[in-house]
Order: sequence, then C-alpha cells, then structure tokens
Amino acid sequence: MASTSQTAQAGGGRLAALTAWIDDRFPMTRMWKEQVSEYYAPKNMNFWYYFGSLSLLVLVIQIVTGIFLTMNYKPAAADAFGSVEYIMRDVEWGWLIRYMHSTGASAFFIVVYLHMFRALLYGSYQKPRELLWIFGMLIYFALMAEAFFGYLLPWGNMSYWGAQVIVSLFGAIPFVGDALTEWIRGDYYISDITLNRFFALHVIAIPLVLVFLVIAHLLALHEVGSNNPDGVDIKKVKGPDGIPLDGIAFHPYYTVKDLIGVGVFLILFSLVIFYAPTMGGYFLEHANYDPANPLQTPPHIAPVWYFTPFYAILRAVPNKGLGAALMGLAVVLFVFLPWLDRGKVRSIRYRGPLFKFFLFSFAIAFLVLGWLGLQPPTPFFTTLARIFSVVYFAFFLLMPWYTSVDRTKPVPTRVTYHAH
Amino acid sequence: MRTKLLVVAAALFPVATFAAGGEVKLDHANVDITNKGSLQRGAANFVNYCLGCHSAKYARYNRMAADLGLSEQQLIDNLMFTGERPHDTMRIGINPDDAKRWFGVVPPDLSLIARSRGADYVYTFLRSFYVDPAKATGTNNMVLPGTAMPHVLWELQGVQEAVWEGHVDAAGNAQRHFKEFKLAAPGKLTAEEYDGFVRDTVNFLEYIAEPAQLQRRALGFPVIAFLLFFTLLAWLLKKEYWKDVK
Repeated sequence: MASTSQTAQAGGGRLAALTAWIDDRFPMTRMWKEQVSEYYAPKNMNFWYYFGSLSLLVLVIQIVTGIFLTMNYKPAAADAFGSVEYIMRDVEWGWLIRYMHSTGASAFFIVVYLHMFRALLYGSYQKPRELLWIFGMLIYFALMAEAFFGYLLPWGNMSYWGAQVIVSLFGAIPFVGDALTEWIRGDYYISDITLNRFFALHVIAIPLVLVFLVIAHLLALHEVGSNNPDGVDIKKVKGPDGIPLDGIAFHPYYTVKDLIGVGVFLILFSLVIFYAPTMGGYFLEHANYDPANPLQTPPHIAPVWYFTPFYAILRAVPNKGLGAALMGLAVVLFVFLPWLDRGKVRSIRYRGPLFKFFLFSFAIAFLVLGWLGLQPPTPFFTTLARIFSVVYFAFFLLMPWYTSVDRTKPVPTRVTYHAH
Repeated sequence: MRTKLLVVAAALFPVATFAAGGEVKLDHANVDITNKGSLQRGAANFVNYCLGCHSAKYARYNRMAADLGLSEQQLIDNLMFTGERPHDTMRIGINPDDAKRWFGVVPPDLSLIARSRGADYVYTFLRSFYVDPAKATGTNNMVLPGTAMPHVLWELQGVQEAVWEGHVDAAGNAQRHFKEFKLAAPGKLTAEEYDGFVRDTVNFLEYIAEPAQLQRRALGFPVIAFLLFFTLLAWLLKKEYWKDVK
C-alpha cells in the first residue's frame, strides 16, 4: 500500500497533471472512487460471494478466447467442422484456446448457478434489490441464448440435432409456431443459413447485450449496495464520516480477497482443460465428434448439462405444448422471486424451518432433474422427473404462503464478523 | 498390397454408436499414447491396412512424424507410399461415389473415430468379426451387426466362429445369445499378438483423434504449479490487508 502511494508521488507532477487533465473532461477519478475504492461492501461476505467476480472473469475469458477462435473458424456448413479440427491441430495454441472456450461455457453456468443460489440463500433479490435481480436474470437468459447459438457452431452431429430439437420447441406455440421456427432457422431445416445467423448472434449480438447487462447489473449493485450473509442493511449504522461501520472499501479489501477466488478457480479450470477437456462427454459430447448429418439422428439426444434440469421438465410432461410452456415457466419464475417472497427477513440464517425445507428440496430437485435430463427416458425416470418437477415448482408457487407463515428469528442490527 | 486391400476392403457402416452396439460388452483397449513404440507400430498398421479405404483427413503426416519421434526421411521411407508430400493430410484416392458403388457406403474418415466412438469400441470391433455365410462379405461383426466392412485383418487374426447359447423365452420363442468366439482357422498371429496389433492400431487412432493431447498433458503440471504459487501469494496478500478489518 505504502509503496503504491510513493510511486504515485515519485511519478510526480506529470501523472497528477494527466489525471487532472482527464478528470476535467471525463469523470475518471470520480467513477473509480464511486464504483471501486470508495464503494463500501459489508465486511462479512463469505465463500458464496466469490462467484460474482468469477462470473466476470469467465465472461472476459470467453470474449478473449472467442475473438481468437473467430480468426480461424469458418461459419459455413461445408467448412465449419473442418475449421474446428484445423484450430485443434494446426493453429498455434488453437487447442488451448478452444478448450478454454468450451470449458469456459460450462464454467460460466457453474459460477452463475452458484451466484444465483447465493441470492436465494441470503435473500439478495428482496427489496431494494429487485431491479439488480432482474438485470441478473436477463444476463442469465442472454447466457442461455449465447450457449445455445454457440453450440451449433462446431457443426457436429449433436450440435445439429440439439439445435433441431430446441428450435422445434418454438413450433409448440399455437398459430405462429411453424412460421416462427422457419423464421428462426431461415430455412425449412437447420442449414448453412441457420449456421450463419447463429454465428452472427453468437459473436456479436448476444455478447453486446451481455456486456451492457453486466454494466447495468454492476451499476444497480453499487447503487443499492451489496447484501451480506446476515441480510443486514449496513447503511443503517454509519460512523461520523458517513461510512457504514460494517462496510469496507471494495478496493483493496475485496479485490485482494477475490484474487484468491480467481486462483482457486483457475486451478480447477486448468485441471479440466489439461486433463479432462471433454469431462467424460459432459462438457464436449462424444457424438459431436461426428460431423453434422441431417440424415442420421444420434441415438440419444441430450442438451449439454446446464440445460438438462429444464429439459427433464419438458420431457416429464406428456403434451409437447404444455411441456414447452412449463419449461419456459421454470426459467422465468426466478424473475418473480422478489414478489413471491413475503418473508420479513432476508438471510437463511434467520429464516424459519419452512423456508429451509423448501429451499433445500428445490436444490435437490434442480440437481436430480439435471441428472435425469442426461439419461435416456425410462418409465421410472419419467415418474421421478414428474415428482421432482412438482418439487421444483412448489418452491416458487408456494413461496408466498410458506414465507409469510414461517417462524423467523430476530435479525441483529450489525453483521456477524469474527476478525481473523 | 494397397491396391489389393482396396479391392477387398469395404467400409464401416456409419450408424454405429455406443448405444447401438451389438451384444458384446466392450473390452478395455488399455491404450497409452505416451508409448512411442506402440504409436509407431500403430502408424505402420494404419497406413498398411486402413488407409487404403479410410482417410484421416485432419491428420497431417509431418506433424504425426514429429509427435512419434520420426525424422522426415523415416516418415517418407516407412509410412508414405504414394505421391503425398510430408505436409499433406492423410487423404485417400477413392472417389466417394465409387466407394458407395463398391461397398454400399463410403468408408468413414477415421480422424476422430476414437473420440466419437471411444478406443474401447474400436478395439473390440476389430476383434469381433466372425463367419456369417448370410453376408456378402462372408463375415459379420458382433459390435456392429450388419457392418459393410469385411474382415480385412483375417490373414492376421485367422477366422473366428461365433458360439451361441440358446434358450426358449416365456413367450415360447427360441432366443439366442452370443457366448464366445472360437478360432476356426488360425492366422499368422497368435491371439495375444493379434490383440497387441489391434491395441497399437487403436492407440494410433487415439493419438490422431487429438494430436495435441501429448502437449496438453505435459503443459498441465507447470501451469497448475504456477497457479498454486499465485494463489498462495494472493492468500498472503489478503491476510496482510485484512489485518485492519476488525
């Protein structure tokens, strides 16, 4: 710390003058202070709070590796599969960049799911963070679209048939369904034209939306302030200087803390990239090493693991239209959490047994449905998927009831923190 | 030799998958891509017995030679027979339309067969041909029933017959299950030698499915060692800063 300020002084007048010159024309210093060095975050943020900054890290990894992949990838049905193999074999470090990108896709969903679960644990979506939560959910929707469009690009047989299945879901929409699927594909089947437009959406349209939404998410966060594992509003107790007594500056405290998260994450990320890049067929599916073949359906079509909880819900319903509607609902219901939750406390630490039971059941249901979505359907698995779909929806639909009647514990005025 | 093979050899029927495999349980190939001797023997097997009909159009000759520890001269003398240049990929001269007419299917490219089907699948497939007079090629395959590919390696393995077990099911229909293979006529190699031959070949297929895997595994250790050091520093830094937080 000391050395940083000394360097700044030694840099002397010139650096200060440059800063002043910029600050007269652009709010650089003000933004840095507001968003980073004088943004006060609760000092008791725990393990679960690593996944926000890690999501940002993965976004950067995906954008940078994506740029380099684009330099050698050819978005044409005749060339796409071969160009991916060219990247894997002939492009300098191409295999590493591609594995970073393919592993990054799964890593993105892992960190985002953990980040979302944190919000459920500590009631981070509750007032006044509703809009922050909605921006977050829009990021999640954009991420799903991004993953879906990107999955077609290697033009393997699973890319092809996965896209075929998901696009055909739009056919379940009454009246406009068939016209809509044709409009999405730009053709009567998944073709070169579809590949071209999915490429455009994957490399520019959705990433642009994602970046804007991430900025909105961060601005909204810094406007209302971070929640914490106690769900206590730290702005209620301020010192004479106007700084919350339980708040610490994001920089340097949380920037150095997040570096540990970055290190641990990158170790796990590297273990996958260097020793198990396909993760036994879960991150890169075996059938995708066969080129796309419109005449040959893979024996078992399953989406990549991050979509399988919703896919299991779709398959659990005998009627295609209703199944697609329920699948959509399963995703969209998250948006309404701030209004479904009637609880008087935020954090799980002070919630009653009913909320704990429903949240725990929901987490189990999400994992079981995710596993079921990867399995070929059998009558027993379908029954299981129906049971867990009910558990999944019960978490949301019964929430107004169980959160309002639950026996909650008193919330302290200050956060719980033990200095290390 | 290659011309003769070209005439006798036909193709893997392309609907093979893990799930659609035949009645046999897949044997473990136990391949080891760090074994250069095995890879070199596999490369020789591949160019002599497979490359007549099957291409490996994403695999490049000189990259293969470098990874297998062969000089360019050794590559040209031992593994290249026609007019290709060392920087070419392993393509074949058959016109796909002709192949379709001769064999009924186009023999699939084998660049990625070990990734799409798995090494165990290919290993078991190449050891599971048996006599079946009902088939035009005279042989059938237990892993991929109805395959259009003849038993190209019969001279080496010999001729196998399938031994079946029969029983009558609850509905009164006769059912039969594959029990084991019986060697009807011995080949040039013993059973162990033939398994070794197939293992080397599959090892080579495993390598060409992802040539970077040799580098990939080698790079993992230094990267992770660095990251462990980085994380340790980050942890010490955090501890130092957070001393002020009471």
